[in-house]
This record gives sequence, structure tokens and C-alpha cells, in this order.
Amino acid sequence: MDLKEKLISSFMAFESNVDVEHPVHDVRTEAMKNFELKGFPSKKEEAWKYTSLNNLQKVDFSIFPKEENTLEYKEVKRYFLHEIDTYKIVFIDGIYSSYLSETTHDGVDICLMSSALTKEMYKPVIDVYFNKVASKDESLTTLNTAFSREGAYIYIPKNKMPKKPVEIIHFATGNEASLMLQPRNLVIVEENAEVQIIERHQSLTTNEVLTNCVTEIFAAENAIVDYYKIQNDNTAASLIDNTYIDQKSKSVVKVHTFSFGGKLIRNNLNFYQNGEHIDSTMKGVTILGDKQHVDHHTLVHHIEPNCESHQDYKGIYGENSTGVFNGKIIVDKIAQKTNAFQQNNNILISDKATINTKPQLEIFADDVKCSHGCTIGQLDEDALFYLQSRGIPKKEAMALLMYAFANNVLASVRIQEVKARINKLIAKKLGVRLGFDL
Amino acid sequence: MLKISNLHAQVEDKEILRGINLEVNPGEVHAIMGPNGSGKSTLASVIAGKEEFEVTKGSIVMEGEDLEEVAPEERAHKGVFLSFQYPVEIPGVSVTNFMKTAINESRKARGLEDMPANEMLKLIREKSELLEIDRKFLSRSLNEGFSGGEKKRNEIFQMAMLEPKLAILDETDSGLDIDALRIVANGVNKLKSKDNAVIVITHYQRLLEYIVPDFVHVLHNGKIVKSGGKELALELEEKGYDWLKQEAAV
Repeated sequence: MDLKEKLISSFMAFESNVDVEHPVHDVRTEAMKNFELKGFPSKKEEAWKYTSLNNLQKVDFSIFPKEENTLEYKEVKRYFLHEIDTYKIVFIDGIYSSYLSETTHDGVDICLMSSALTKEMYKPVIDVYFNKVASKDESLTTLNTAFSREGAYIYIPKNKMPKKPVEIIHFATGNEASLMLQPRNLVIVEENAEVQIIERHQSLTTNEVLTNCVTEIFAAENAIVDYYKIQNDNTAASLIDNTYIDQKSKSVVKVHTFSFGGKLIRNNLNFYQNGEHIDSTMKGVTILGDKQHVDHHTLVHHIEPNCESHQDYKGIYGENSTGVFNGKIIVDKIAQKTNAFQQNNNILISDKATINTKPQLEIFADDVKCSHGCTIGQLDEDALFYLQSRGIPKKEAMALLMYAFANNVLASVRIQEVKARINKLIAKKLGVRLGFDL
Repeated sequence: MLKISNLHAQVEDKEILRGINLEVNPGEVHAIMGPNGSGKSTLASVIAGKEEFEVTKGSIVMEGEDLEEVAPEERAHKGVFLSFQYPVEIPGVSVTNFMKTAINESRKARGLEDMPANEMLKLIREKSELLEIDRKFLSRSLNEGFSGGEKKRNEIFQMAMLEPKLAILDETDSGLDIDALRIVANGVNKLKSKDNAVIVITHYQRLLEYIVPDFVHVLHNGKIVKSGGKELALELEEKGYDWLKQEAAV
């Protein structure tokens, strides 16, 4: 039985465990129909030209973990932003861990999707927001929608800001030989409200894991959302991360994606600007080696006038790694005075590494400023010589330059501890001592 | 200390240095002058070991060792320092952190432990005062957004930190106003001793009023066409380079 068939038959088992009378289940059923029709995307589709899911479909993934697993905090402390206090929504093999979590209902809701999808008090919000910005067409998103049951639920009412950042962490314990996870997150930030979120998927063994995650984010007028995705999983873990963001006027949403680990990562990051004077920012640092593969697909849809979008992705590819950057910007005819900037710079440090980068601009308005730039290169020889002439050996000099290359993406990171953590991960990933504390 | 014999070097099949002979002894200051495109900067880069230039003939010997197979960083460890005409910007790496890395890498090459943090701080403070460098400047990203003068001053600060045996100053005076020039020259003079040597590469005589050379060499078309004492620089300032070009052509 291939993975698609297995998922279809699992859906029936899934139905016996959820309230099929709840309106949400109609959404799931619809979504399942779409997935049944479309199945997994293949390389024949333009959007999946450089990323193949064939090998993953051959793995006999468990769709539901057989038992509840526990972890001690000290075993996993290093994956948390433990230097500062945070709210935590933690899952172990897809199941909520109240022991490791710290949720709140104190003026804001930072809790569980399973509660939001079942409890009466959340129904008005779920009716308005659930599956409203996520694609009803893209097959993997609909697959997630069909199985949506658990994940993070964050609701920040008007003029509120949680006292501390929120960490969403998914651990895979490896108790299953291979496990498929489908978390579903919903983030709603009302007018003048603000939230900072750090998301991480972490497998603790080398057993195979496939995560197909969907996050919906709604930023109302003047809302501010800072979202940090730390992708540093081990080499048997694959992630398909689908993020859909609906922005209203004057909202500012920034998503930083740090891709250092994992076997196959596909990031689908979609921004929809439904208002004026919106700022959407996407930044990424990718450092890969081995046979790792990362595919960044971004979309910014400028629907209204006077908005901005900023994209800056930096990639360093070594060994046999492969990368993809596909940045699509659509500017509707009425979206005049749009400023859309896109930058993707890559350094290949191995002859066998590959990057495919493609800007895709569809501009229907005539009074806009759109710029895009893609570069693929090696390190600057003059800069390398400069550092070497100061006594820094070539390998360290290269690392220092790559660090400098990736570093300017970090300027917009507003949580100092996240910045410090990413700095350390970059240095570690580059595999050399930089001679100073970052 | 440094003996350059019949040095020929080329870049992409274009010969730039065509038989340079130069000997520099401890305690000496040599000035290399010459018109644009005569090969001055190439000579500086070749001594520092830039791989882009291919040495086709001749040799560079430093303290008895042929540098042919020696990487740029190893030349630095042996005491060669090049102050760049166009220092490179390194965002995200502060001047202080850069110097820590450079000093500790040199120490590592000599089998020494990292310099203790307090000692490093003391050294940085001492040397930055010498070049009248503001403390805030040291936490800025290396050369990023620095003015021309700040870049050059920072080069000499690095020289002061690394205490080279042989310092090559490539057009260090370009882009400097008179006050900055005085500070930079003053720094170089204070670092001078009977044990180290300086090669000053310059287009103009101006810097040589502050850093007084023992020898002046004129480079033209990849060769040293005339050598003399400090008075040669004044003569060049007065007459320009044309008379030398003619003399060389004869």
C-alpha cells in the first residue's frame, strides 16, 4: 500500500476518533476529497519541479502513534529558548505534552488546537478563521486540513501583547520506526495586538519522520507578528511547512526561516495583503551540507495599493546539497504604489552542490517599484585574501566570510536570544572556531 | 630581511612585474613610487602572497626562506603585513572580534594559547589610543560604512596590533585629509624600530614628509628604473615621472 492509500484508509480510523457532527468535520471531509483526487504532487508540476516526494512516499509511515510518549525536560532543554522565559506549546509524537508546556488564558489564549476545534467557547472564532486563508486546492495543505486535530492555537485580542514569546515545539521520539505528523496551527492577532512566535520541529532519533504542517496566521489592522522558524532537524527528518498569512491594513508580519538541518524541507510561505500600508517581510538563512535539500517557495499577493514586501534569502550550499528558491510576487491591477523587493543570494562551496533560483513576478499595476535579484557565486577572492593576509587560515577565513554573508539577514531578528542562538548555529554549521563568542 | 630577486609576475597572461630586485634590511624604510599602472600594488600583493598573481620567474626570500609555496596567512605569521589600498568590508564581524581572531590564529600557528581576554583588551586600548581611534569605532562591523580615512586608520591599527616585521603600506595616504595623514604617519613612526622594516607605496611625495624613507625606488613598467635617497622623492614631485620614462626608454 502506498502512502496515499494508507492515508485514505487512515482517514476512516481518524473519523472514529473525532466529532463528525462538528462543522469542522465538513471542512475535513471536503479537504480529503481534494487530496484523494490530487494525491501527492509530482515533479511534473512546475511548483514541484526540483523537489521529489517519491522516496518519502515509499516509506511505511505510521499515521497515528501507538502510544503516548513522555520526555524529561532536561533531555530536550537545549531545543528550547531556555535563556528566557517563554510560553510553550509542546507536542511529543503529535500528542500534546502538558508536562513540558506552559499555556495561558490570561487575557490571551495560547493553548491547543484540539480544544479550539472542539470546545463551544471557541466556535465563533473557529467559524470565522479556521481554514479561511489556507489553500483548499493545494493537495498537501488539504491533506493536513483533512487530518487537522492538534497543533497550536494562539488568539491575541485587541491591544494585547503576551508577556513573553511563544515557543511551539514538535518532538518526534523515534518510538515508531517511521512517523508522519500533521500539526495544524492557527494564529489570530487582533487590531493593535502583537505576538512573537518561535517554531521548531525536532526529531530525537534517526528514525524517519515526515511532518506536513499547516499554519494559518491572521493579522488584523496594526497587528504585529514576528515568526521564527528554526529548521535544524536531524538527517532522517523531512518537513513540508505550509504557512498562510492574511494581513489587514497597516499590519506588519515578519517570518524568518533558518534552515540548517533535515533531510528534505519544503517551505511554502504565502502572504495575502488584504488592506493598505501593509508590510510583509520574509527572511531566510539556509546552510546545507551532506545530501540535504531545501526548497523555499514564497508568494506575496499584493491585492491592495500602498503596500510593501521585503524578501531576503541567503543560502550557503556545500557537499551534495541542493536548494531551491522560487519567489512569486503578484501585484494586482489596483495595487498601485506597491513596493516589492526580493533578493536571493547563494554561495556554492562545493562543485556538487546545486541551487535553482527563480523570481516570478506577475505585475498588473503600472505604478509600482519591484526589484529582484538572484546571485549564485563563490566567495569573494579579494575578501578571502584580506583575511588571510591578517593571519587567518583559509578555512577559517571562508567561514568568517560566510558568516558575514548570512549575518545581515539577522539584523531584523528582534529577540536577542534567538539572534544569539542562530549566530551560534551558523558558526557550528560552518564547522570552525571563529575565535570569539558570537 | 627581505630579498627580492629578478621577480616576474603575471595575471591572466599579462606580465606586470618584469624583473624586480629589492633588498630591505631591518630598521629601513623604503618608498616605492611610480605612475599609475607601473605595478606598485601588484608588487605589494605578490609579497603578501595573493594567488591571483602568478610568479613566473625570480624569488622572494624572507629571512632566508623562499616564500614561493607559502600561503598568505603563513606569510602573515612570519611577520608580513599589507595595509590595503581598498580594505574589504566584513558585515557582522566587529573590528575587535576580527582582531581577536587574527591575533589568536597567529598565536595558534606559533603554538601559543589564545591571548587572555584582559591582555587583549589592554592591547586594544593601547593601540587604539595610539591611532586616536574612538572606542565605539571598535564595535562597528569591520570597514562597513567606514569613510576612506577611517578604513586607512583601521589598517594601521591592525598593523599596530599585529606588530609585523615587514609592513607594506599600499597607498595608505590616498583618501586621507591632512589631520588623518598626520595621525596615521605618527602611528607608523611610533611602531618603527631597528628590528622591523616598512615599505611605503605611494604616488605622491606628501606622505614621505611624515614617514621619511631611507631609500626611494621608482617603478615603471614593472621594473625599478631608479633608486636613490629621500631627495629623489622631492625631485619626482618637482619634475613628475615623464623624464624618468624617457630615461628608461633610452
